Amino acid sequence: MLKISESALNQLRAHGEQTYPHECCGVLLGQDNGDSERWVTHAVACGNTRTDSPENRYNIDPKELIRIQLDAREQGLDILGFYHSHPDHPARWSSTDLAEAHWFGCSYVITSVTNGKAQNTNSFLLAGDEESKRFEDEQVEVVEQPDESRAMAD
Amino acid sequence: MKVLIPTPLRQYAEKKAAVDVNAATVGEALHALTSQHGDLRRHLFSDDGKLRSFVNVYVNDEDIRYLAKENTPVKDNDTISIVPSIAGGIDR
Repeated sequence: MLKISESALNQLRAHGEQTYPHECCGVLLGQDNGDSERWVTHAVACGNTRTDSPENRYNIDPKELIRIQLDAREQGLDILGFYHSHPDHPARWSSTDLAEAHWFGCSYVITSVTNGKAQNTNSFLLAGDEESKRFEDEQVEVVEQPDESRAMAD
Repeated sequence: MKVLIPTPLRQYAEKKAAVDVNAATVGEALHALTSQHGDLRRHLFSDDGKLRSFVNVYVNDEDIRYLAKENTPVKDNDTISIVPSIAGGIDR
């Protein structure tokens, strides 16, 4: 399960609406304390370097990710995954999404954006390894604040 | 110098976010890294010994593809970042 703050969820969805009809992309930051304790608190918007085909392709500049990673480290945050949008297309991973995914153990969050409005947002956990990889459907839970007593009891 | 390990590869580096190595070039640094943590090798390199195409390597903020690739010289205070690609898109 992926927990995500309402503000982070709203930000990544809004980003998809802003860049429509192009794909948006960004990084999900938060706390990772184990399988059931992954909580996204920040959605950091990135540029899409695929200016040659932004309607159906995205790529995050590694240099931008390095900067985000350093900033995250200073704030005690981890990279939990990435998000992107599918303009006028379902919020499900494509064969291209899988072929280009290499961050195992991270969540890939996809939002469908139809006629400029965000629709469904789904999350998929990248599992396996390069020789045998797959996306696993991941439940998304929107949480407002970390509730340590509730989380520890789960 | 420090080699920063991305999240998906930390499980192969004793969960470390960074590893210190001594090397004169990027190639030597990656060799030192995979000597310390053997399981990392197959994730960074293909069977022919070449860096996998989706593995981006930066020295500070420069992509080694635009420098001298694995022959890029490095200094003690440099930071080497390993960054797997983040990309995808709709099939159409």
